[in-house]
Amino acid sequence: MSEEIKLLKGNEAIAYAAIRYGTDGYFGYPITPQSEVLETLMAEMPWETTGMVVLQAESEVAAINMVYGGAATGKRVMTSSSSPGISLKLEGISYLAGADLPCLIVNVMRGGPGLGTIQPSQADYFQTVKGGGHGDYRLITLAPSSVQEMADFVGLGFDLAFKYANPAIILADGIVGQMMEKVVLPPYRARKTEEEIRQENPWAARGKTADRKPNIITSLELDAAMMEENNLRFQAKYKKIEENEVRYEEFQCDDAEYLLIAFGSSARICQKVVELARAEGIKLGLLRPITLWPFPTKAIAAYADKVKGMLSVELNAGQMVEDVRLAVNGKIKVEHYGRLGGIIFTPDEILEALKETIINQ
Amino acid sequence: MELNEIISPENLVYDKPRLMNDNPMHYCPGCSHGVIHKLIAEVIDEMGLEEKTIGISPVGCAVFAYNYLNIDWIEAAHGRAPAVATAAKRLNPDRMVFTYQGDGDLAAIGTAETIHAANRGENIVIVFVNNAIYGMTGGQMAPTTLEGMPTSTTPYGRSIALNGHPLKIGELLAKLEGTCLVTRQSVHTAAAVKKAKKVLRKAFENAMNKKGTSVVEFVSTCASGWKTTPDKANKWMVENMFPFYPLGDLKNKEEGIGI
Repeated sequence: MSEEIKLLKGNEAIAYAAIRYGTDGYFGYPITPQSEVLETLMAEMPWETTGMVVLQAESEVAAINMVYGGAATGKRVMTSSSSPGISLKLEGISYLAGADLPCLIVNVMRGGPGLGTIQPSQADYFQTVKGGGHGDYRLITLAPSSVQEMADFVGLGFDLAFKYANPAIILADGIVGQMMEKVVLPPYRARKTEEEIRQENPWAARGKTADRKPNIITSLELDAAMMEENNLRFQAKYKKIEENEVRYEEFQCDDAEYLLIAFGSSARICQKVVELARAEGIKLGLLRPITLWPFPTKAIAAYADKVKGMLSVELNAGQMVEDVRLAVNGKIKVEHYGRLGGIIFTPDEILEALKETIINQ
Repeated sequence: MELNEIISPENLVYDKPRLMNDNPMHYCPGCSHGVIHKLIAEVIDEMGLEEKTIGISPVGCAVFAYNYLNIDWIEAAHGRAPAVATAAKRLNPDRMVFTYQGDGDLAAIGTAETIHAANRGENIVIVFVNNAIYGMTGGQMAPTTLEGMPTSTTPYGRSIALNGHPLKIGELLAKLEGTCLVTRQSVHTAAAVKKAKKVLRKAFENAMNKKGTSVVEFVSTCASGWKTTPDKANKWMVENMFPFYPLGDLKNKEEGIGI
């Protein structure tokens, strides 16, 4: 079947895109503001059409370990949750990374810490791009800023996860998850056949055939020398991803004297800030990292030679700003503006902050 | 008779199971794991399930089960094997998926995953090795440690007031609608081994025939953890473990759970 245009919530778009992408399994546990992913999948009953398995797990912990089990057999499997639930999943995510398993995780962020709030936030940036779970691992991190990207990044996330045998995560927030927009859903792709899975994922634990040794999926290695080798292999993989998979979008950056750096829903709000600033004669641009890891370090470093200052606009207390500062390396002034705990900033207050902390300094 | 005559193939009455390899086992002398591994290897081979079997190994002494049986394995995080098995089986319904878990893995940290997988009636086999102690970490109290039993974290014996009661998880699982077979076996005598193998085969058949969750508990010895000899461990198990964890079927629904 072909493309279809629908008016959907971001969370619903994830569900529809997952079915159309040929996902083999979804395992999740309800938590606001992302429960529509599981609800939509259950209402659509894809097990009767594409054969996709959908299961409400007993906990976020169980759900991520179901993802581990499914991924270990070479299947395309995913889970979704929101901040407190992702904290629970981090053990499993570290195991997935440590066993080179591809999968897709979705975090529709809400305000923390603790039980926090159900309102939108971007305060899980550190947790997602700096590790979160134990050990030196990285997640391929995609940050959607529209419902269309919620749908598109399901396919992109799975493709990158399988290309590099590594977990990928869609780091969305409550705004993108809950807002409704027009979305073009992709055409249906068939789920992989037994033969395709065996050919494309010869490492998968699917039952040992006579022509090979047992496939063992594990992250355990008690020999420290060999565990260092494993870590070096992970680092080589991460370097390759950093070289090849950086994605970002530029908005009126060509003649910009100042730059906003923002991801996800903050970047949507910042587009309006650029408009307002330009109406006042301020040459402002916006750089939107689409991949938060790998981070667009080189692109931001290049702008450090062209613009006078940057403002990192985030719904948190200042997390991505650290990566922006590392990229800029002290060449120009970099400040942060954020709102916390579920409060969303207005374009006016961001423009005000830009003037106060960057332009008028 | 010369040695070479004695060991000639036609005189062999016993052989190592084909699916067990020659890797040196890390298990201590007198440990039950080796015999249980052997039974699993034999049953898989006899049922012709080598290409269909996915084993889920736990965290605990059996974490390295994957080193000894030549089948595909997934090593799960501590306690999560039933969740891992749930997805492996649901996504690959024609496969034989079993977990292999100790008492700490199954009945302490993994209690939620165990109960919910069994309650959903996942078509998997849970092999449960209950030796009433944490072997891998050096002999700490397990959820199944008996009252008064000394361990490194109950040096004066398990106190009900301090530590609560030993958990009869088998009885708990037998009450759930999703289980079709919950049985308690041991491998301390030849007769027990023979019986256990028969029950294990039934469990594997249940999984293949989608009859619900099968739980095969093995009341087992841990000579090192119990700080005794293999022989004395067997006697101690018979005298102390069997009265509290009596052997036999706790549940055996021939027709399955009817899903």
